[in-house]
Amino acid sequence: MATQTPYEVLGLKPGASPEEIRKAYRKLAKEFHPDLNPGKPAAEARFKAVTAANDILSDPEKRARYDRGEIDESGAERPRYSYRPHAEGAQGWKYQPQGEMDVGDLDDLFAMFGRRGARGSGEGFKMPGPDRQFTLTIDFALAATGGKQRLALSPAEWLDVTIPPGIEQGQVLRLKGKGGPGFGGGPAGDALIEVHIVPHQFFRREGDDIHLELPVSLAEAVLGARVPVPTVTGPVTMTIPRGSDTGTRLRLRGKGIRKKRRGPQTTGETTGDQYVTLKVMIGASGDAELAEFVKGWAEKHPTDPRAAMGPGVDPGAADKAAQGTTTP
Amino acid sequence: MIGLDELTRRFAALDSVELTRWIENRWILPDEAGGRWVFHEVDIARVELILEIRREFAVDDESMALVLGLLDQLYSLRRQMRRLTAALEIQPAEIRDAIRQALPKPGEVR
Repeated sequence: MATQTPYEVLGLKPGASPEEIRKAYRKLAKEFHPDLNPGKPAAEARFKAVTAANDILSDPEKRARYDRGEIDESGAERPRYSYRPHAEGAQGWKYQPQGEMDVGDLDDLFAMFGRRGARGSGEGFKMPGPDRQFTLTIDFALAATGGKQRLALSPAEWLDVTIPPGIEQGQVLRLKGKGGPGFGGGPAGDALIEVHIVPHQFFRREGDDIHLELPVSLAEAVLGARVPVPTVTGPVTMTIPRGSDTGTRLRLRGKGIRKKRRGPQTTGETTGDQYVTLKVMIGASGDAELAEFVKGWAEKHPTDPRAAMGPGVDPGAADKAAQGTTTP
Repeated sequence: MIGLDELTRRFAALDSVELTRWIENRWILPDEAGGRWVFHEVDIARVELILEIRREFAVDDESMALVLGLLDQLYSLRRQMRRLTAALEIQPAEIRDAIRQALPKPGEVR
């Protein structure tokens, strides 16, 4: 989670008037003042945040600088995003103008060379066009299943890029002939597209397998259940066996990444699996009935989930060890 | 690499309606992933550049299109110049010397 903006700290919208800022600050400063909240570090922290936010927003000059992104929430100078290094870097090609207006094109320069050379020596000048580099961001599911994604080659030119299933972060796709034009009848260069994958909120990839942590209720874990589970190709129903636990890992065969196998003789596909790790959510904190039941149950069924950590970690376990009780 | 929300939070002077117009004008070319815009460093730097030009020179949308068009040509030229320089740098010394000799003097036309 990003740091709160001074507006958010004071509960205001970015366009708030000086009067609104003054009112919001007074109200919150009063509410969280350390003298009125002795021994409450949370209130003190809020008070400091409110004061810092007011320092910026109550000063028109500081506020204007903050709004322009020149200083951050603490009033410190932000690193400037100078445009030039970006424009001259690999990503800058995205903003390359197209067409006749592009007087600076080196490729035109070489083409001109070629014409002059041809006139002078009687020989043609033929050269392939340059490669052009792009970056393309795709979401997790598209990277897993493959599909099409639109890429801006220039402000005037689009390309629907075919994403092969199971593409990896940072992989570069080469599109033949989509780079700069060739000179003197030479072939066009290639577009080199570096692919970035946006991490998924729930899925994680390991090779061709997908991993997912699935919350299940206490009842589902103890009694077993059939529950819907998301996969990259859509939800499926999965059986939770009776007596499952946090950490129980189940496999959905073939629900991972499906790739075309490329070999000298072999054709066909390889498929990964989806692994689902259960996480039991009790979800009934403070429920008196459950507490009563567990109390009675625990007395009859003593367990030590920390046994593997050795004696001494749990005082109960140490007692048992001292009494000569063995733990499995 | 950030989303729309994070970008408008980063620049309080910019709201999403305005940014959407800039994207429709093709002044900013974010990637699209899963129906959401994704802004790279170059796009963030360009947003800051547009904000700065607008503040310093009080330009409207029409003039902004002209300014950005000229800037893009300038940077295009600089990128091409860097490519040429990179190619020259790896040439043997005698070739570099020959090119230096052959460079027309300012104002000289061949």
